[in-house]
Amino acid sequence: MRIFLNEHELDVSEDATLQSIRREHKPDADIAIVNGFPCQPDYRLQPQDSIVLIRRGEQPTHQELSALMMARHTPGVHARISRATVGIAGAGGLGSAIAGALARLGVGRLIIADYDVIEPSNLNRQQYFVDQIGMPKVEALQQNLLRINPTVEVSAIHRRITADTVAHYFATVDVMTEAFDAAAEKAMLVSSFLQQFTTTPLVAASGVAGYGPANSIRTTRVTEHLYLVGDGCSAAQPGQGLMSPLVGIAAHHQANAVLRLLLGENPAPPMSDDSCDENE
Amino acid sequence: MVIELNGQSKTLDSPTSISDLLAQLNLEAAHVIAELNRTILTADQFGATILQQGDRLELIQFVGGG
Repeated sequence: MRIFLNEHELDVSEDATLQSIRREHKPDADIAIVNGFPCQPDYRLQPQDSIVLIRRGEQPTHQELSALMMARHTPGVHARISRATVGIAGAGGLGSAIAGALARLGVGRLIIADYDVIEPSNLNRQQYFVDQIGMPKVEALQQNLLRINPTVEVSAIHRRITADTVAHYFATVDVMTEAFDAAAEKAMLVSSFLQQFTTTPLVAASGVAGYGPANSIRTTRVTEHLYLVGDGCSAAQPGQGLMSPLVGIAAHHQANAVLRLLLGENPAPPMSDDSCDENE
Repeated sequence: MVIELNGQSKTLDSPTSISDLLAQLNLEAAHVIAELNRTILTADQFGATILQQGDRLELIQFVGGG
């Protein structure tokens, strides 16, 4: 019968048990998971079972990780994602979460720019740890991303990006994301990037502060190559701070828009009442 | 004179630059990107760019936070 061992197809005898598979394929495994649940060694395997054998503390090689991603995302999707380069301007609440999502997807190369260091107050929404306070954000983010997925190439740029340097740092991106905090920096990045790269899509964010309804965060197409995420109006200001849930939702709208663009899909198609139909 | 602003018709009574229009609309120039007839302008072009009959202008305002 056919089963799956660590995401690979495998033909085994009809009387195979979890124990016999472990003995034959990974005797040093100390954790065995069948179809998503830990399982006893004498479990009799069924056709199409998915077995994962893990040795605690052992890290998969880059090749094994790529194979796992390919199995999860399908080979065609994985190939397109792993060839791609994505730019992220800003490594705060939006940028750190966008980067995490894209690293988990297995995007080939991330170019991340930010001049800032991690302050204690950043931890309310930014994807850093207490022991990283005081580090440059791009440096801490690079560390964290490589712990998530060491196959991703991360270019960390610890500089302030200006209209004059946008093209220098982000010339090679397939998709650009704007993840700055200040309104003027956002407008500077977007206008200078779109002016210099007239066919590269850019996914920007505006209006992500507070704790308004999650469904107020939308992805819209505002010009041919510019997509905007947010509610468009909720500015960070006294009495309306930036908080983890909405900033995270917006960042993941941006990451999903990047994914759709890399796969040749429109990030903001007209939505019908039953949006599940289009995914059939 | 009529232009199209963010997809809607807008009538302008006198020669108007993009800077003038931003002031009328109470928008901060540094927080706005402007696309005039499908070309992105930089903020330093706003003052010298006088809108013409039939121009199609997109103004996108950014608010802070991220």
